[in-house]
Amino acid sequence: MTIAGAAPELPDKSGHFGPYGGRFVPEALIAALDQLTREHEKALHDEVFLAELDDLQRNYAGRPTPLTEAKRFGEAIGARVFLKREDLAHTGSHKVNNVLGQALLTKRMGKTRVIAETGAGQHGVATATAAALFGFSCTVYMGEEDTRRQALNVARMRLLGAEVVPVTTGTRTLKDATNEAFRDWVANVETTHYAIGSVVGPHPFPMLVRDFQRIIGVEARQQLLDRIGRLPDAAIACVGGGSNAMGLFHRFITDEAVALVGCEAGGDGVETGRHAAPLTAGEPGVLHGARSYLMQDDDGQTLDTHSISAGLDYPGVGPEHAWLRDQHRAVYRGVTDVDAMAALELLAKSEGILCAIESAHAFAGAKQWVAEQGRDDLVLLISCSGRGDKDVDTAARWFGLVSEQDIERASAVRAAQE
Amino acid sequence: MTRLDELFASTRAEGRAALVGYLPVGFPSYEQSVAAMVAMVESGVDFVEVGVPYTDPGIDGPVIQVAVDAALRAGTKVAQVFDAVRAVSAHAPAVIMGYWNPIERLTPKVFAQRLKDAGGSGAITPDLIPEEAGAWLEAAKEHDLDPIFLVAPSSTDERLEVVGRTNRGFVYAASTMGVTGTRDTVSNRAEELVARTRQHTDLPVAVGLGVSNGAQAAEVAGYADAVIVGSAFVRALQDGGLDAVRRLAADLSEGVRRKA
Repeated sequence: MTIAGAAPELPDKSGHFGPYGGRFVPEALIAALDQLTREHEKALHDEVFLAELDDLQRNYAGRPTPLTEAKRFGEAIGARVFLKREDLAHTGSHKVNNVLGQALLTKRMGKTRVIAETGAGQHGVATATAAALFGFSCTVYMGEEDTRRQALNVARMRLLGAEVVPVTTGTRTLKDATNEAFRDWVANVETTHYAIGSVVGPHPFPMLVRDFQRIIGVEARQQLLDRIGRLPDAAIACVGGGSNAMGLFHRFITDEAVALVGCEAGGDGVETGRHAAPLTAGEPGVLHGARSYLMQDDDGQTLDTHSISAGLDYPGVGPEHAWLRDQHRAVYRGVTDVDAMAALELLAKSEGILCAIESAHAFAGAKQWVAEQGRDDLVLLISCSGRGDKDVDTAARWFGLVSEQDIERASAVRAAQE
Repeated sequence: MTRLDELFASTRAEGRAALVGYLPVGFPSYEQSVAAMVAMVESGVDFVEVGVPYTDPGIDGPVIQVAVDAALRAGTKVAQVFDAVRAVSAHAPAVIMGYWNPIERLTPKVFAQRLKDAGGSGAITPDLIPEEAGAWLEAAKEHDLDPIFLVAPSSTDERLEVVGRTNRGFVYAASTMGVTGTRDTVSNRAEELVARTRQHTDLPVAVGLGVSNGAQAAEVAGYADAVIVGSAFVRALQDGGLDAVRRLAADLSEGVRRKA
C-alpha cells in the first residue's frame, strides 16, 4: 500500500502545522483548494484509488526503488551508508511519486489540463510524463534562467508534449515560475489542476504532496530493517521546497532515535548572503500561499537566492519543515556549492552513481554530519533523490571537463533541435 | 461613519457609482507616483487604492508586475507607502492595496497604527482570506480601519457570507477569474457576482479587474457601487505621464456618471 496509513495528526483541519502553513491565496482559488482537499481525503480511504496508484507506482514508475549500500562512499566518509534510489524511479527522480497521485486526483475531479512550476525541470518532466500518460494537456512554467541551465529537461518536456513557458519576470527562477503558475491557475481553475511539485503552497498541498512522497521513507525503513535489522542513526536529504526530504522523514518522525537532517543550498556560503537556505538563515513569513521560513528583507520583500542547483534555488520551504525545525525534531544545515560538487564527484567515482546536484547536497551534508558526531559506527540513510544526467553540462563546466568551444557547439545543436 | 461610509453615502445620494483608482507607490518614482494619485483625484477619482510594491504580486498581470518591479528596483520602501497615504488622504480617502507578507513583517499592529496615523481608511489584502486574518482584524478594529477582502466568481454562498460579514467599507468583487489587466470586455460574470454578494451584505460592492475606459466604467456602474481601475492607470502613467492619467480619470469619471 502506498499512502494508506498516512493518518497524520498534522496539519490541523485548516492546514496549519503550528503557526505554519495555512492558505494565503486569492479568494478565487479557495473553492478549488476545498475541492482538492475533499478529493484527497476521499482518495486516502478509497480502495480503488489506492489500488490504481499502487499499480502505477509498481508497474509504471518502477517502485519500490532499491536500497543500495554505498560501501566505498561510506568508507570515504566514515559511516555505513545506504542510498534510497529515487534516481532510479521513472523520469529520474522522486518527483514522479507525487505527480502520479495528483494526476489520479485530476482525473477524479474531471479536469483535463495540468500546469506545473519547475526549477531543475525534474518536476516539469514528471508532470509532462503523467500528462502524456493520462491524456491531459500540460503547461510547465520555468524561469528563463533555469531553461538555460537545464536545457536538456526543456527538450524532454517538449518531447513529451508539454508546452514550456520561460518566465522572464523577477529573478527568472523557480520563485517566479511559481508566481506565473498561480496566475494561470486563477484564470483557468475550472478546467485546470495545478500540480505543485513540492510540499509548499496553500493547504492542502503540503499535506497532499507529503502523503504521496512518504512512500520513500516507508519503503526505505522496511528495506533497511530487512537488510540489517535496525533503523538508521540518521535520515538525510536535500531540501529545496522539501518534498523528497519530507517523503523520507515522515515515516521516521516517531522513531525518536533517528536524526533527521535536511541539507539546504548554502550557495557561496550562508554567511555571504548568497544562498537559498531559509531554514538555516531565514525568518518566518508568507510566500506562495503558506507561512514558513523565508528569505526576506526588513520590508517583507522576498530576497534573491543563489545556488548552483536550480532545484534548490528557492527562497521558501515547506511549512512542515518549519514546524519540525522549531520542534527540534529535524535539523537543517546549509551546504555550499563547492562542498556539494565535491560530494557529487566523490559519489560518482566511489559508487558509479552520478546523482543530481540537488541530491549531492545531501551527500555533502552527510559527510559533515558524520564528522561532527565523532563516532565510527553510524548507519546513514540518504535520499538519492535524482539522477544527474540533466546536470552534466553544469558539472562539466564546474570541473572543466570539456572546452568552452565544445560546450557552445553542443548547446547550439540542442537549440537547433528545439 | 468612516470616511469611506460617508463617501459611498454621497455617491449613492448622487445616484452613481464611485470611481476608484489604483497606482503603486514608487512608479516611476516616489514623487511622480504621488503626483499621479493626486492628479487622479483632481480629475474625478473618488478614492485611491495606494499600491504597496511587493516582489511576488500573485494576482497581478504583466502591467502592474512590471511597474512594481521597477518601483522595488528603484528602492521603494514600505515606509514610503505611509507617506503616500498621508499625501493622498489630504485630497480623498485612501486605502492601501497590499499583499500580506509586508504587513505581517511589520506586524499587523504596527502596520495598522502607521496606516491610521497617515490618514488611511483601510486595506485591501488580495492574498489574505478572513480565516487567516485574526491578528489583522484585531489591529484594524483597534485603529478603526476598514478590512477589505475579495470575493470571486468561484466563491460559494458560504464564503460570500463570511466575507460580507467580515468586511467593512466595501466588498471587492473580482469581476473575472484571472489576474489584473485591461480587457476588451468586462466579464459578464461580474454582474452575477455583484447580485450574489448583495444577498449576503448591505456593504457597497466594488468591481475590479478589467476596466479601462469610460464605456466599460459606465457598464459596470450600472450594477456596482464602485468601479476600480488599476492597470489602465499604470499604463497611462507609463505611456503619457500625468496628462494621460488626468485624461483617463476624466473619461472614467464621466463613465460612472453616465451609466449604460
